[in-house]
Amino acid sequence: MSGEQPQARRPRALVIDDSRAVRSIIRQILAELSFEVHEAEDGAAALKKVQELGGVDLATVDWNMPVMDGLQFVHELRKHPEHARTCLVMVTTETDMDHVRRALEAGADEFVMKPFTKEVILGKLDIAGGAG
Amino acid sequence: MPIEPADFAILQGLVSRHAAIVLEPGKEYLAETRLGPVARGAGCASVTELLRKVDSDPRSPIVGKVVEAMTTNETSFFRDIHPFEALRTTVVPEILKARAAERTLNLWCAAASSGQEPYSVAMTLLEHFPELRHWKVRFVASDIAPSMLARCREGRYSQLEVNRGLPAKLLVKYFDKHGAEWLLKPEVRSMVEFVEVNLSRPFPAWPPMDIVFMRNVLIYFSLETKRDILRRVRRQLRPDGWFFLGGSESTLNVDDKWTRVQVDKTSIYRPAP
Repeated sequence: MSGEQPQARRPRALVIDDSRAVRSIIRQILAELSFEVHEAEDGAAALKKVQELGGVDLATVDWNMPVMDGLQFVHELRKHPEHARTCLVMVTTETDMDHVRRALEAGADEFVMKPFTKEVILGKLDIAGGAG
Repeated sequence: MPIEPADFAILQGLVSRHAAIVLEPGKEYLAETRLGPVARGAGCASVTELLRKVDSDPRSPIVGKVVEAMTTNETSFFRDIHPFEALRTTVVPEILKARAAERTLNLWCAAASSGQEPYSVAMTLLEHFPELRHWKVRFVASDIAPSMLARCREGRYSQLEVNRGLPAKLLVKYFDKHGAEWLLKPEVRSMVEFVEVNLSRPFPAWPPMDIVFMRNVLIYFSLETKRDILRRVRRQLRPDGWFFLGGSESTLNVDDKWTRVQVDKTSIYRPAP
């Protein structure tokens, strides 16, 4: 113990999408909100990353990805009580009511349908309380 | 082709006469973007041609379309979120106490545009105040544009519109998907009565209101018209009523007979005692 005040940690976000272009767009939006942004290209890689980082404050989650899809990721993450407060926002091309309902039931906090704008993401983070 | 000052003056005169709205110089770009579709619909090659046409024929039905296009404002579900939080945490609970004996609630949402604001209020009431089902609730929403009122009554929204500001759990609960669009369920639509109102003219004969939303619309009026509207809203409100303006608007230096109440991040106005 050095006796110094610990520095406030920047909120940490994980962008999960198999498209590098989409990851880059969301990364930029979140970086502007002062998030420390990490990326993963599928659900399994995302779970590994969450473990490495010791948890994240926010994850944006694509639905359709190889290896492990976004819904499975949400199910898996929510099995762990230590990640119960992680804000999970689905960002997906799936736009039917059944997908929105299933995501919420699995434990997602919000649902963004692609295509989206920066304002859409900001608005959803405001609602979900994940704006950092 | 840019709009010439003389043609812009035609538009300024038109929106001033029909809606008491002040269109400042420098807003020519707004005329270009909003009137382009109206010009095409009217068979005009340009916005300039459209403006000259309505100037030469003031009784043309196109006049109404021009005024509508210039007075329709961008909106979204739960825009700015905080006023709706204040409604939920403070305003409606206070009214539930104050009107417990008579069990009546009267609300007015002015400048309803495409309906997202009144329906956000309606969903807030449904979600958090089930006891209001046993109250006499009159909820009117107004706009100057008949085409917007027709849209409001339909309650049909695009994917982009429901993506903006609407919590997913409310989308699931209160909407049905029809093709690529999202339709509000009748239980929400039936709560709101949509009425054509020009704010610069006398309000309809409504009961005294408990809550008035008039957000992001006064900014378009002259100081004199703003003052007149605020005075009439004060008379329309019950003495303990609540008045919501847009985040950048205030009664300060316009009409001083209001008390500002701060509820978290929202300023709400009440008639001064």
